[in-house]
Amino acid sequence: MKIHIDKTNEEVEKKFEGTVKRLLETLNINSEEVLVIRDDTLITEDVELSDNDTINILSVVSGG
Amino acid sequence: MECVKCDKKAIFLEPTFCKDHFIKYFEDKVLNTIKKYDLIDKDDKIVVAVSGGKDSLVLLYILNNNFENVEALCIDEGIQGYRDKTIKILKDFCSKHNVNLNIKKFQKEFGKPLDIILKENKIKPCTVCGVFRRKLMNKYSKEYDVIATGHNRDDISQAILMDLLKYNLSLLSRLSPVSGTKTRKGFTKKIKPLYFISEKEVMAYSIILGIRTGFEECPNVEDAYRLKVRDELNRYEIKHLGTKKNIVDWYIKNHIDIKEKIKNSELVLRSCNRCGEPTSREICNSCTMEQKILSKDTLKVL
Repeated sequence: MKIHIDKTNEEVEKKFEGTVKRLLETLNINSEEVLVIRDDTLITEDVELSDNDTINILSVVSGG
Repeated sequence: MECVKCDKKAIFLEPTFCKDHFIKYFEDKVLNTIKKYDLIDKDDKIVVAVSGGKDSLVLLYILNNNFENVEALCIDEGIQGYRDKTIKILKDFCSKHNVNLNIKKFQKEFGKPLDIILKENKIKPCTVCGVFRRKLMNKYSKEYDVIATGHNRDDISQAILMDLLKYNLSLLSRLSPVSGTKTRKGFTKKIKPLYFISEKEVMAYSIILGIRTGFEECPNVEDAYRLKVRDELNRYEIKHLGTKKNIVDWYIKNHIDIKEKIKNSELVLRSCNRCGEPTSREICNSCTMEQKILSKDTLKVL
């Protein structure tokens, strides 16, 4: 799975299958502070991800 | 998961809505807040305090779509690599949506940009920036009936908690959806139409409507006590869903009592001897700071 983390501008390659919620926990990201996009569409925490997915994790919190 | 209103796929969980129902929910909530708390009269001349971030752009977008006389006011502190980027976003947005944008610069108003002020003085960035920004916001919003800010429910819950932790009842009393009314001479009515909207909802709306801005973080932000409170609240929210909403709901139910408690200790306002802005002292906080931190050759009599 290809993951872009917008806050740190990181590209992460990770073997993963499971829900968005689980992925965020694995990455140690507080789900209250992000939204997740797959194929230009917002997806919710219960959505199942596959290893072929490319996702974008967007920071919700303001930067001051 | 399906939308609670139709059989389409949900794009948001709390509340669980598809794209179309989320947009309707969001806009209704903002407009209902405006109506319920009497934030804006139909003919009001409105100025939106904008930074180029998602909150102020979303607010500007909704107000501009629903009211006639809407303009934007941006304070350019002079933070290279940060504010210049957000101002570009802002200019593009205002040009696209036909909104009049006024930009007021620290450089012109105080003789120096914030970057230089911080280089020359040992001072907390958010302290000087906050005092100077508030002064300019107040000064340049006087020709309008209301000034609207993009504070969302997360911002409000953080501010309430910070003021409680510091036991600052005076600041705590000013956190309602409307403040600084015309009854206080020298102030423009300040409104917060996104008061009951979470930061996550604002972000989702900005993504759906294509008005999302990139993640830009102020380089001075690490000094803010607010960030610690924000992170703790977000950690708590994950374990106890509804915490931030509960804090804001508590405040709404109790803020009149809080105001009543500090009524007798409220400061009597007069005009600053130097700049004429409202203050409780002979010289206002901003002018005192200007005299301390700006060298004499660049000091400007406002």
